[in-house]
Amino acid sequence: MNHKTVFNVVGKIILVEALLLSLPAVVSLIYREDCFWAFLTVIALSVLIGSLLTWIPKAKDAVIYAKEGFVIVSLAWISMSLIGALPFFLTGEIPNYIDAFFETVSGFTTTGASILTDVESMSRGLLFWRSETHWVGGMGVLVFVMALIPNLSERSIHVLRAEVPGPTVGKLVPRIKDTAKILYSIYIVLTALEIVLLLCGGMPLFDSVVHAFGTAGTGGFGIKADSIAGYSPYLQWVVTIFMLLFGVNFNLYYLILIRRFRSVFKSEELWVYIGIVVTAVVLVGINIWPLYQNVAEVLRLSAFQVSSILTTTGFSTANFNLWPPFSKAILVVLMMIGACAGSTAGGLKVARVVLMFKQLRNELQRLLHPRAIKTVSFEGKRADTLTLNGVNIYFSVYMILLVLVMLLLSLDSGMSFEADVTAAIACFNNIGPGLAEVGPLGSYAGYSDLSTFVLSLAMLLGRLEIFPLLLFLSPSTWSKK
Amino acid sequence: MKIIIVGCGKIGTTILASLVAEGHDVTAIDADPAIIEEITNIYDAIGLCGNGVDCDVLAEAGVELAELFVAVTGSDEFNMLSCYLARKMGAGNTVARIRNPEYNDTSLAFLRQHLNLSVAINPERRAAHELHNVLKLPSAAKVETFSVRNFEMVQLKLKPDSPLDGMSLIELRQKYPQKFLACVVQRGDEVVIPSGQFVLKSGDKVGFTATPSEMLKLMKNLGLMKKQARNVMILGASKTAYYLAKLLLAGGSSVKVIEKDASRCEAFSDQLPGVVMINGDGARQELLLEEGLRTMDAFVALTGMDEQNILMSYFASSVDVPKVIAKVNRDEFAPMAEKLGLDTLVSPRKTVADILVQYARALENSMESSVETLYKLMDDKAEALEFAVHADCELVDIPLKDLRTKPNTLIAGIFRNKKTLIPSGMDTIQVGDKVVVLAAGHRINNLLDILE
Repeated sequence: MNHKTVFNVVGKIILVEALLLSLPAVVSLIYREDCFWAFLTVIALSVLIGSLLTWIPKAKDAVIYAKEGFVIVSLAWISMSLIGALPFFLTGEIPNYIDAFFETVSGFTTTGASILTDVESMSRGLLFWRSETHWVGGMGVLVFVMALIPNLSERSIHVLRAEVPGPTVGKLVPRIKDTAKILYSIYIVLTALEIVLLLCGGMPLFDSVVHAFGTAGTGGFGIKADSIAGYSPYLQWVVTIFMLLFGVNFNLYYLILIRRFRSVFKSEELWVYIGIVVTAVVLVGINIWPLYQNVAEVLRLSAFQVSSILTTTGFSTANFNLWPPFSKAILVVLMMIGACAGSTAGGLKVARVVLMFKQLRNELQRLLHPRAIKTVSFEGKRADTLTLNGVNIYFSVYMILLVLVMLLLSLDSGMSFEADVTAAIACFNNIGPGLAEVGPLGSYAGYSDLSTFVLSLAMLLGRLEIFPLLLFLSPSTWSKK
Repeated sequence: MKIIIVGCGKIGTTILASLVAEGHDVTAIDADPAIIEEITNIYDAIGLCGNGVDCDVLAEAGVELAELFVAVTGSDEFNMLSCYLARKMGAGNTVARIRNPEYNDTSLAFLRQHLNLSVAINPERRAAHELHNVLKLPSAAKVETFSVRNFEMVQLKLKPDSPLDGMSLIELRQKYPQKFLACVVQRGDEVVIPSGQFVLKSGDKVGFTATPSEMLKLMKNLGLMKKQARNVMILGASKTAYYLAKLLLAGGSSVKVIEKDASRCEAFSDQLPGVVMINGDGARQELLLEEGLRTMDAFVALTGMDEQNILMSYFASSVDVPKVIAKVNRDEFAPMAEKLGLDTLVSPRKTVADILVQYARALENSMESSVETLYKLMDDKAEALEFAVHADCELVDIPLKDLRTKPNTLIAGIFRNKKTLIPSGMDTIQVGDKVVVLAAGHRINNLLDILE
């Protein structure tokens, strides 16, 4: 293990966080709120820690191997969350540090699960910081650092791979720095576009920025008790469309930029994604028809909720806790699927689901024709055994951990079984709201410290796609053997 | 610059590493997914798994925007076809590895013209030329030649009893009247362009530049002159061995080649009847001694196995063969071989990588000057570049002592009207000159880059 390089990179990340914290500091200054001083203290602290860590000279051989990649990503995310929780704690608006940590992890992992019972009483600076963590966490803070800092290290592809979700991670252009820049440029442009469209619909500037951040990162922190429900239908449609857009693989936007429209059109994952959205919207729409009896409203509510859950955003326009069980079941299935690989969304990812179903089909055929040999192809290319194995193993580990989280949560006596199950799923897949007590109008405040901590870990595991954090916690990574 | 490399074997990967380090956008194509995986893990380049003559694969790699297309798979024919297609699809310049001796005679010019190839590279032949240069001047560790024939750069490693030990460059100049420059020194890990006060020490690797005739006189005065290698034993009938034997025979030397494989022996003997071909295991010391290893002027190990080359070279130097050269392909073996006292090593793939770096820089050239030759020296820590000065620029007509050049750069030679000038402070650069520049720790693309 190359400790010096690891600390050096983590130090840089903490310095970047100081930079990120200065935005909410400015916001709180504009609104003349007391939390400004908390932000200032935390900025000073992170500059101090960051400088100390970067002050450690880089090792001569600053190569990042796969192991260092995993450790850097895990350490970066944990330390960012630990520091990012401080403003909530110092201002006393979230008096319990573990709760503040949960809230920050929920932000960075773009989950959007909250322990707050009264969002509207929070100060603006803190609300802004909460949503900003969504935006940064969505595309990945290490990708951000790579776009800023030239030549982080040799082999930094391992860092990119550990942070960007999806079964296979490739670069758009030969240089990793350029790839990171392109990804962030697309991200920034789309976010800006959403802010403008929200402003056009009459949403105040602060609300537009915060909601755009929440949509872009597919996070879901709102600033109203009823999430998006209070805004006009136009605004709800804008958010719906942008949630779906941020759930698309960003590589496709790059292909559009370089005018390779045919490749976009041929993307298998995109078509399956669209297919899932349309099917779910229709099914949920039919199912909730008796409740609303109005085509426009049913379509809007169904489309919004399906997009919000599938892309793992977690905004809501209706209390889907009150919807019929069939709709709820569909939403829970969507939670597990998630959006496309290479997007800002969580969940299993459509690509993995497609690959699993294709393998399943082949395996069934092989039972009928024992000598048949059939390969799995995806996106016009043969998926090699290594990728397929990766997908299968990911799914197994995913299920095991999910069950483990459910078991740990059920130790908490206060909550219903439905809440425990959906809380585990919603946190692990970075969605936010679940059902019952943790539904769209509820909160995670009822959980004990232990459960909150377990859920924080579950969110990190989900965002980093399990393995980086799992390997970080495993002793064999640290032993010298 | 956007560059595509097809074929990521030993040569391809070395080229890729050099070009990525130069800051180019490199796309690598190879049929083996494992190789592509490995490459994208290590280098900042994009990998594409596929067939390099498949138009779809080439299109996906963005061949129409590529300024340089390099095909260096193991097969000459594949490389030619791949380059031909790339050219048709809009690649700016194409480079193919063509190393089969059958294509490297008169047919090469025809092939190049009709395939529209910018460069045909033959690593084995390049390596053979390099070896031949050293065998002509056996006291040198390495000899680099430039496009202007009467100028060369010789690298010497100072032995513990060297007369130069403890001498400053000013004293060196006073003691030896020949026109030469000691222009680059490697001591341990550090490479410097020395000033007059610089004191040489034994163990240093020093680069001298001069015209060949002056260089010979200098070597004589330094007492380093060894006679040209006339009796050469080569281990392994490889392609490099073929090209080297051909050059040596043309120069009137006698060549003995030892090869294990009988059919290869026959083919070799058929192509070069003048060579004494011995069929036997080159790893057997007895055989080498029986074939007169002790009486040889030089021993060159050119088998495909680095380990065998190093071990047998070590054996040859232990029986006091005056000049021993081992071919080493894997970089990581080079320092170990040097520890065994084998100071002359030739790696064909590094030579080829240098050529491509040179070519890529030449493509980026400005109006004022263009790169004609580029060598990476002293573990790649310094470069020797030859520029042609095309147009009037800030450098022209100013005495060299008045130029504000960057530290660790040096103008080592100027050529005008077929004459070589070893420059002093009063000389100037003129339009139409060719200028050799040495730089340590800088990337010089353009002659103007040497200015502060």
